[in-house]
Amino acid sequence: MSLSAKDKDTVKLFWAKVADKAEEIGSDALSRMLAVYPQTKTYFSHWKDLSPGSAPVNKHGKTIMLGVADAVASIDDLNAGLLALSELHAFTLRVDPANFKILAHCILVVLSIKFPKDFTPEVHVSLDKFLAALARALSEKYR
Amino acid sequence: MVEWTDFERATIADIFSRMQYEVVGPAALARCLIVYPWTQRYFGNFGNLYNAAAISGNPMVAKHGTTILHGLDRAVKNMDNIKATYTELSVLHSEKLHVDPDNFKLLSDCLTIVVAAQLGNDFTGEVQAAFQKFLAVVVSSLGQQYH
Repeated sequence: MSLSAKDKDTVKLFWAKVADKAEEIGSDALSRMLAVYPQTKTYFSHWKDLSPGSAPVNKHGKTIMLGVADAVASIDDLNAGLLALSELHAFTLRVDPANFKILAHCILVVLSIKFPKDFTPEVHVSLDKFLAALARALSEKYR
Repeated sequence: MVEWTDFERATIADIFSRMQYEVVGPAALARCLIVYPWTQRYFGNFGNLYNAAAISGNPMVAKHGTTILHGLDRAVKNMDNIKATYTELSVLHSEKLHVDPDNFKLLSDCLTIVVAAQLGNDFTGEVQAAFQKFLAVVVSSLGQQYH
């Protein structure tokens, strides 16, 4: 299920539309993930405040979306573009890769809320594939 | 037995009471067939499913999407006994339709995304959690008669 030329164009076009809301999207997606999938909170036991819209959640949501933006820019070679992030997740963070799917779903839900007209089924499928490819690149160094 | 909080019961009742089944059902099913094209394997007699536009405009998809939502309605009305409510439907999906139960989750994700678009900011994290918990119970109940 690799990204076709059409998928890449769709992702880049859609990203251009939503990029200026990236921080909000990241913060909302992360807040949602912590609420809907409480087991994900285990990765953030070092935060004082895990509530939606809290400072650590907002900051980390922004960090994540900057990573997604990097991925969009490296869409033609995600493994190369995300190498450093893959090493970080593999050796330092050791996030179980199942959680990438969970966060991806939350990002899609937020996009559906914020961009109901633009997040068509065609955009949805390309983005879903892109986020899956991103997750694979992020898991590249795990073992 | 699934335990539901008052918030969860109220949220599910509210979402479905506001929902236009004949809009949401078709949109969710069409989205599922487009985003996860292998799900089309169950709809060989639905005619033109060649591209997203064809799927979105297909009247059989629309009709079936509505049927699915009316099926969900039975769970909404029997939240304390979804498992028993779906025994026959589970047998149907397993013995007659031969649907891989993994597909229930795919459709349920698409339904979540369609409902999110409908409710906008009202679809908060807590509301999403309740909605996904409800769908998870439905999915599990639909899978229970498979053997």
